[in-house]
Amino acid sequence: MAMIDEPLYPIAVLIDELKNEDIQLRLNSIRRLSTIARALGEERTRKELIPFLSENNDDDDEVLLAMAEELGVFIPYVGGVQYANVLLPPLETLCTVEETCVREKAVESLCRIGAQMMEQDLVESFIPLVKRLAAGEWFTARVSSCGLFHIAYPSAPEALKTELRAIYSQLCQDDMPMVRRSAATNLGNFAATVEAPHLKVDIMSMFDDLTQDDQDSVRLLAVEGCAALGKLLEPQDCAAHILPVIVNFSQDKSWRVRYMVANQLYELCEAVGPEPTRSDLVPAYVRLLRDNEAEVRIAAAGKVTKFCRILNPELAIQHILPCVKELSTDSSQHVRSALASVIMGMAPVLGKDATIEQLLPIFLSLLKDEFPDVRLNIISKLDQVNQVIGIDLLSQSLLPAIVELAEDRHWRVRLAIIEYIPLLASQLGVGFFDDKLGALCMQWLKDKVYSIRDAAANNVKRLAEEFGPDWAMQHIVPQVLDMINNPHYLHRMTILHSISLLAPVMGSDITCSKLLPVVINASKDRVPNIKFNVAKVLQSLIPIVDQSVVEKKIRPCLVELSEDPDVDVRFFASQALESSNQVMMS
Amino acid sequence: MNGGDELVAAPAGPPQPLDWKFSQVFGERTAGEEVQEVDIISAIEFDKTGDHLATGDRGGRVVLFERTDTKDHGVPRRDLERMEYPIGRHPEFRYKTEFQSHEPEFDYLKSLEIEEKINKIRWCQTANGALFLLSTNDKTIKFWKVQEKKVKKISDMNLDPSKAVGNGSIASSSSPKHCLANGGSPDRSYNYLGNDFSFPPGGLPSLHLPVVVTSQETNLVARCRRVYAHAHDYHINSVSNNSDGETFISADDLRINLWNLEISNQSFNIVDVKPANMEDLTEVITSAEFHPTHCNTLAYSSSKGSIRVIDLRQSALCDSHAKLFEEPEAPGSRSFFTEIIASISDIKFARDGRYILSRDYMTLKLWDINMDSGPVATFQVHEYLRPKLCDLYENDSIFDKFECCLSGDGLRVATGSYSNLFRVFGCAPGSTEATTLEASKNPMRQVQTPSRPSRSLSSITRVVRRGAENPGVDANGNAFDFTTKLLHLAWHPTENSIACAAANSLYMYYA
Repeated sequence: MAMIDEPLYPIAVLIDELKNEDIQLRLNSIRRLSTIARALGEERTRKELIPFLSENNDDDDEVLLAMAEELGVFIPYVGGVQYANVLLPPLETLCTVEETCVREKAVESLCRIGAQMMEQDLVESFIPLVKRLAAGEWFTARVSSCGLFHIAYPSAPEALKTELRAIYSQLCQDDMPMVRRSAATNLGNFAATVEAPHLKVDIMSMFDDLTQDDQDSVRLLAVEGCAALGKLLEPQDCAAHILPVIVNFSQDKSWRVRYMVANQLYELCEAVGPEPTRSDLVPAYVRLLRDNEAEVRIAAAGKVTKFCRILNPELAIQHILPCVKELSTDSSQHVRSALASVIMGMAPVLGKDATIEQLLPIFLSLLKDEFPDVRLNIISKLDQVNQVIGIDLLSQSLLPAIVELAEDRHWRVRLAIIEYIPLLASQLGVGFFDDKLGALCMQWLKDKVYSIRDAAANNVKRLAEEFGPDWAMQHIVPQVLDMINNPHYLHRMTILHSISLLAPVMGSDITCSKLLPVVINASKDRVPNIKFNVAKVLQSLIPIVDQSVVEKKIRPCLVELSEDPDVDVRFFASQALESSNQVMMS
Repeated sequence: MNGGDELVAAPAGPPQPLDWKFSQVFGERTAGEEVQEVDIISAIEFDKTGDHLATGDRGGRVVLFERTDTKDHGVPRRDLERMEYPIGRHPEFRYKTEFQSHEPEFDYLKSLEIEEKINKIRWCQTANGALFLLSTNDKTIKFWKVQEKKVKKISDMNLDPSKAVGNGSIASSSSPKHCLANGGSPDRSYNYLGNDFSFPPGGLPSLHLPVVVTSQETNLVARCRRVYAHAHDYHINSVSNNSDGETFISADDLRINLWNLEISNQSFNIVDVKPANMEDLTEVITSAEFHPTHCNTLAYSSSKGSIRVIDLRQSALCDSHAKLFEEPEAPGSRSFFTEIIASISDIKFARDGRYILSRDYMTLKLWDINMDSGPVATFQVHEYLRPKLCDLYENDSIFDKFECCLSGDGLRVATGSYSNLFRVFGCAPGSTEATTLEASKNPMRQVQTPSRPSRSLSSITRVVRRGAENPGVDANGNAFDFTTKLLHLAWHPTENSIACAAANSLYMYYA
């Protein structure tokens, strides 16, 4: 057993643990591979560590994943870019394992290394690697190879380029659907590196193959290729080659493919340009909005605003709006919900008149929807409509919707509406708020569910920020402080929490005159939980109020609490005292 | 007597009936040995190439067998076939490995025991020389990887292994503390390893990597890669892989879920036959299988004797079927048992995907996927039991779920029966092949000697040996023994070879 110098002990442990039985320790060592490499020096890293790692390919996936990641940034430790090729063999092995996430990480690292390699090295070692993987016996290697072509291709000499294109074309027709899926996924990246003449011939024919694949899963990945390829092609080629494919896909027998089209439609429109969008994609989109599969309608409905933005308002009103009306009464709540989350954004697109005439009835009907999600989605985007038509037209319908949501029996719904109260308050104005919503905000402070009380306390603070301390003094603070006498200690705790949140917003004066006395008073509570929360709140008030107030009011109270019979109260009181000491010292 | 009723007669001569011979038996019982419940085989499956065979048992174990007759030569099988090797060769298997796939569990929320019994095994795509398979019990599906690993030994560490401690525990262990240069504070020892420490440019020569010695010994290691749980309220009866290589389905009594092999925490419900009110329940799903090549086609059978083919492209929730196959009830023949025996216990697609084979209690039916008016062929499996249905109902045997299988070339079908018998029928046009075999070392004795008294003698000896409760010989001289039933069997994908389970024994035959 070799003797190790004392200073080297930790690093020696680290190295040994590359082979420890405990996976956590192996993982630790792999994560610190760069340290090991520096300890060994560049030359021994190249000659010993990297070959050692290449052998280490049957470890747990977690370890392999970490190794794949570390090797991606390993160039400096092997002696710089001129030695980058020594990193390829271990990553090549990792590209063939059957765990997908390890392979993907290895491909990512290879791309990162390849992007830095010198052209000569790419030709001599990287491209052969890609070819080996592409000819791999198992599909795992071939799957990985697809993601490397866009790095290999640009620096290849002409003959090799032809070969690489041919290989990729083979991969697009592989027996294994997994390989074809990977080829479809990476086609866009690869196409971006291919010269224009080959793009139109070779790449397009691969693309055609993929778009006609038997496997739905391959075809739906080809949809994504449409957008990527479209951006590379000249507009007229795009209209000639890509557009018909998109239109076909939008009528594919498989709803999953149509779903993909609906999801990608905006990108596809960008790819083909505005003119073909209006002439060809509008009908396709209308079909998708009326698809008989709800999932497709959900995806399509979610894109309605984005799509209308590319169109002119007339077309939108003429073609899209009728579908939107239908969707607002769709039988699937998820479709309505998706529509509600974007429809408010159509107001700026359509302009004031059309919004009042056409959209408003839809908003109103969605506000009365039986599912809370739909109503919530409308309320959450209220500001977008406000800018166009003002809120007055909506406010009458809003209030019942808000009240109903505020009292919904699912606490998550109540929580969601609380989150929107500051937004609503700012849109609806002080007057409306005072009349209708103030009482609700107080009611939430006494909710049965902690998360609601917590959110309500936060809401009170945000309202004070929104409308200013003066307003808060009138409309919030008295009501909140009133509740400190609530018989339920949990509710008293909520009030203490609210006070600690309000204090920074209200400022020193109000805190001293109104809030502090209430807190001090609460230190006499019979429940220890309240008392130690008083200590916590007092601690939070120290930086806000004057030093003299701390001395005169806060510290005496804390001193008293620090002698409380309850251990927790004593603990938090002494903690608060300590922090007050620190403030004094500084 | 028990012959198949072919519906179509073709001018071309049907293939000759096969002459079945015993090949192998695994786990054969010795005289007087009692069968342990946990050892009873509950699933059999060949992989796509036919080079491997898996069985699952009631004890939650999966046993793998590998083919030996092709591997020994190192010549690809395709070349062997071209060389027109003597026909005498037949698939031979040897035990490869076994592992515990499922353990008994208890669902505390529902106060239900979950048996460890393996309901189905399905092979997945091989990769990197490792085998992959799905196994399921009533509730949980597991994805297994079985791989040969070379035994490795680590030697020549930097530190004496007896003293070495984890790099996370340097601080907590007292003995190595004195080794640390800066006085043993854990934070500082980590800082020491941090980036601010400068190593000499040539590295530290005294450090070296551990040496790994790889021996020639290999270990077969089975590792559970993923667990697909908590998606079924009822008992899973089937799992089936999709031809796309990335998804599979699992079916229980009322629902079919679609999974991605790589994602174990979510699945999509694609078929749901659960009525709003469970009192309206009239039909349950009994079996489901993907089409062998069309990724969007799925077939499932029901307890009412119908097979539904659905097209996954049509909609996300496939409550409406694309095709329905069922045989109209023969008028006048209705009895108390009609509905019970109509229940389909298993369906299988033929290899080309054109035909579906279904098994109900009394018959085997072959359906053409392009013809939904009725089956193209119906084979009576054990017609002599029809008068006994009442007894079979009394002892619950009528609910036994027999599996069925097709030969790789689609010319023959097979299924099991009682008394450890199984039957092979020719389904090529004009074929009258209808063979009865017994899962024993002498499979043909049943058919070769239809009326010799020795058969009933042999059945008596068998009964005595196996301690069956209710042996009997019916009017036709057929022995039947409800306790020895042959439920599970599988046909080799490329050759005429059948593996079948008789209790805890796996019998293999070839022709």
